[in-house]
Amino acid sequence: MTLAKRVIPCLDVAAGRVVKGVNFQNLVDAGDPVELAKFYGAAGADELTFLDISASVEERSTTLEMVARTAEQVFIPLTVGGGIRESRDVDRLLRAGADKISVNTAAIARPQLINEIADRFGDQVLVLSVDARRGETPSGFEVTTHGGRTGTGIDAFSWIVDAASRGIGEILLNSMDADGTRAGYDTEMIARVREITHVPLIASGGAGKLEDFSAALAAGADALLAASVFHFQTFTISQVKEDLARRGYEVRA
Amino acid sequence: MQRAFALTGHETIVTSDPAISLKSDGLVVPGVGAYGACMEQLIAVGGDAIISERVASGAPILGICVGMQILFAAGTEKGGHIGLGIFAGQVSEIAAPILPHIGWNNVRSDESSILFRGLQNERFYFVHSFAAKVVVAGAANSWTNYGEDFLAAVERGSVSAVQFHPEKSGAVGAALIANWAGIL
Repeated sequence: MTLAKRVIPCLDVAAGRVVKGVNFQNLVDAGDPVELAKFYGAAGADELTFLDISASVEERSTTLEMVARTAEQVFIPLTVGGGIRESRDVDRLLRAGADKISVNTAAIARPQLINEIADRFGDQVLVLSVDARRGETPSGFEVTTHGGRTGTGIDAFSWIVDAASRGIGEILLNSMDADGTRAGYDTEMIARVREITHVPLIASGGAGKLEDFSAALAAGADALLAASVFHFQTFTISQVKEDLARRGYEVRA
Repeated sequence: MQRAFALTGHETIVTSDPAISLKSDGLVVPGVGAYGACMEQLIAVGGDAIISERVASGAPILGICVGMQILFAAGTEKGGHIGLGIFAGQVSEIAAPILPHIGWNNVRSDESSILFRGLQNERFYFVHSFAAKVVVAGAANSWTNYGEDFLAAVERGSVSAVQFHPEKSGAVGAALIANWAGIL
């Protein structure tokens, strides 16, 4: 009788199609976003995340329409990230049917964006997406941009504390060291970030085995995001939840 | 939300038109953003008067999330704001180490609840940091726990309100909306 730990499939999309590759490269087409969203909704996903990795404005223009079609057909919360640069972008996505939006690169370039979104739409709408990897910064973790390809020299923990003071509802903590490896979530980073923030923490990057999910929860995650293991049906969301329940975690049946 | 109502055979209109809001069979008040901002925007379109008039005439209202919170007398979010005062008591921050309260949580529903008919101990989707923690006199009070007990839903006369998002709560949320539509 308490809050359930969330399991969230992430659909990387570009030009209205789902794509997912190792470390965001070597993209492989894995289907229609709306159909996949419906499938995951029925399969027990607690939320859905769309990450728009479109390279151009033309490609991105399909996103709003896709979000609207998904929101019409799927009755669970929908987070959309990618390409959000101003509060007007947030307004469009929320009107299309998104429930939350995630910001990453644009907020690093212009942190005031976080204040603008939080003040206008409320903290709870904003998921701070942090792509972090081990690096030569005070915490030992560095923020990266552009899907982990570009280092910023910014300390990941300082950035999280700064962003949280501006107003965020959640943190999507994506380990660029673990992403695509299927070697497990970065439990060290999760545990250390848990100590410096009071907002819910979504673990991302590295899920490959069933036991990886409970390990991330034990480290302090509140929600678990994964892509390829679900898209390529390594296991089902039900199998993940059954394993979590067996280990004593609350999940939504 | 509109799709959930479509399943019940009801037509929905998104409006700030006073005449439509007054005459509709049911009025959904889906508050978003902070307490004070929500009240400001409601007052700007005359929504406060419409809600009061519907309460007085016994016309059904369903408040959702902040739309539930503003039915109380006050909210402590961002300095404190006056609410509509339809229910006594204030809305204050939940005492929990991790906020917002985001995700699927159980509701212990009141036995006399109409909203939760056939939906005992189901999980609904919540996104909030503030909540009402008072027993509303003469109402069906349904509770959720996250750090402490707070009101997940309250139903008194023609006024119903839920702290969670039924429109995002999958099949159980659609069933709850259908239960409310059943009284219209």
